[in-house]
Amino acid sequence: MVELARRFTIRERRPRQARTGVSVPVLAGLAAACVFLVIGCLSSGIFAQQTVAGLAQGVIFSSLALSLVLIYRATEVINFAQGEMAMATTYTAYQLTRWGLGYWPAFFLTLVIAFVFGVVVQVAVIRPVQHSVIAVVIVTVGLFLLIDGLVTWRFGADLKFMPAPFGNAVYHVGDVTFARQDLGTLIVSIVSVLLLWLLFKYTKLGLAMRAAALRPAAAALAGVRVNWMLAIGWGLAAVLGAVAGLMTEPTQFLQPTMMQAVLLYAFAAAVLGGLESPAGAVIGGLALGVFLNLTGQYVGFATSELRLPIAFAVLLGVLLLKPTGLFGRKKVRRV
Amino acid sequence: MAPLLELHDVTARYGQVLALHGVSLEVDEGQIVAVLGANGAGKTTTLRAVSGTVRRDGEIRFAGKTLARHGPEAVARLGVAHVPEGRGTFAELTVWDNLRLGGFTRRDSLKDDFVRVLEYFPWLEERRSQQAGTLSGGEQQMLALARAFMQRPRLLLLDEPSLGLAPLLVTEVFRIVKELNDTTGLTVLVVEQNAHIALQVAQTAYVLEVGRVALSGPSAELQEHESVRRSYLGY
Repeated sequence: MVELARRFTIRERRPRQARTGVSVPVLAGLAAACVFLVIGCLSSGIFAQQTVAGLAQGVIFSSLALSLVLIYRATEVINFAQGEMAMATTYTAYQLTRWGLGYWPAFFLTLVIAFVFGVVVQVAVIRPVQHSVIAVVIVTVGLFLLIDGLVTWRFGADLKFMPAPFGNAVYHVGDVTFARQDLGTLIVSIVSVLLLWLLFKYTKLGLAMRAAALRPAAAALAGVRVNWMLAIGWGLAAVLGAVAGLMTEPTQFLQPTMMQAVLLYAFAAAVLGGLESPAGAVIGGLALGVFLNLTGQYVGFATSELRLPIAFAVLLGVLLLKPTGLFGRKKVRRV
Repeated sequence: MAPLLELHDVTARYGQVLALHGVSLEVDEGQIVAVLGANGAGKTTTLRAVSGTVRRDGEIRFAGKTLARHGPEAVARLGVAHVPEGRGTFAELTVWDNLRLGGFTRRDSLKDDFVRVLEYFPWLEERRSQQAGTLSGGEQQMLALARAFMQRPRLLLLDEPSLGLAPLLVTEVFRIVKELNDTTGLTVLVVEQNAHIALQVAQTAYVLEVGRVALSGPSAELQEHESVRRSYLGY
């Protein structure tokens, strides 16, 4: 035994390879952007205000982008119905408050319902066709139309209003005003993303889910129930989507189309971050939110009609420079 | 006593192609059994039939249970660890996460097993946070073995452990397997191209030809067998 040990410890060592997917120029660029934002915020009240509002919008893109990435990593398909699922769960919360529940009890109950909803969708309509990527994509598009139709049929297309989760108060710091709504959105979204990260990083379930997404066959040999892991992944994605929907409601109000633009921004954010990278999706969403808000404030021609085109121009620019997205990486493997 | 693993007239197919034409074999508890044969003889498929990663028919009994309807997850949960050809490590996960996955089916604490595995493979300790894909081929094979040990299996299915390894490493891998067999009574069904080493380590061996068992018996006898010597041992 001792001899064995010796033999293996004196074997030639290879230098560790970098494990992060971030390249130095990208990191430098992000650091420069952060410095720019901090200096801007310190020197101008309006800049600070717009930055915080941009972060609050961006974090919603981040949540939905992250739910897209979760599913993309596991099954290599984009769930086009993600936004509509988020919208439907927001209507669920609305219905719960109408039945007399307070906002926060309705919020948490909705997250539970969203999880079940995601699992059921995966088991009932995705699993039967999951052998074919194109079939799954078509099914998610069908789901988009179905949910949209059902919600419009049940609730109508007119605007609905929920109680404000954070109230309309504003905080004054020097000459800068922050909306309580924006800060609340930031905190709720960041906490949910953090919880999800902890789940994936430190729990046995999270490890099994990562394994099932990366190597289904090998995971099954280790005793992981791969199909269940995929279903749970859909459930968690739906929960994140529900958070995004509920945090969108105070500014967009409740209507069947409320998540459609957000979904497009979330696509842009996810691709910007690299589609495979959860951290990339979060940072992509935040960057997009801040960028759009600041250009809206300071660039004359960037009116609100041009927000979406500008978002996609940014996306196109990044993809031309770095086709894998900011945090995308080529797989490191020694064979 | 009934054998731990029993295959009776097992067939398996990939799509239309029949890969096993009715294989029967037995593995007693505490034994190392080798499966030899040329490329395409059905060695790998035999292991895959046991672990449920190929469509199979016929009777497979493990520890008194019939495995006919068990998928790979269920077979793993019964205590069968399959180290597939090409290793089946999770290249994108860290070495440590790979080991944790090995113990996935277990509910008790893994602490003792980490200690035990590190006794055999001490270098894993300092590589614990490295991505498994950045290990060398030999190291990945060791990691795949270590992961299987973490499962604390009753039966270990080893597919071509020598594939792509330097001769010295091949000897090491088999020595570790043999040692575990001696000390813990681990039962092993090993598929191997390198008939020399396989027959040295195994007590019993089966020779497959075109999806059927052509020969079987104690390793010592097979070693002396005319056709085995000519076809697989080369003298």
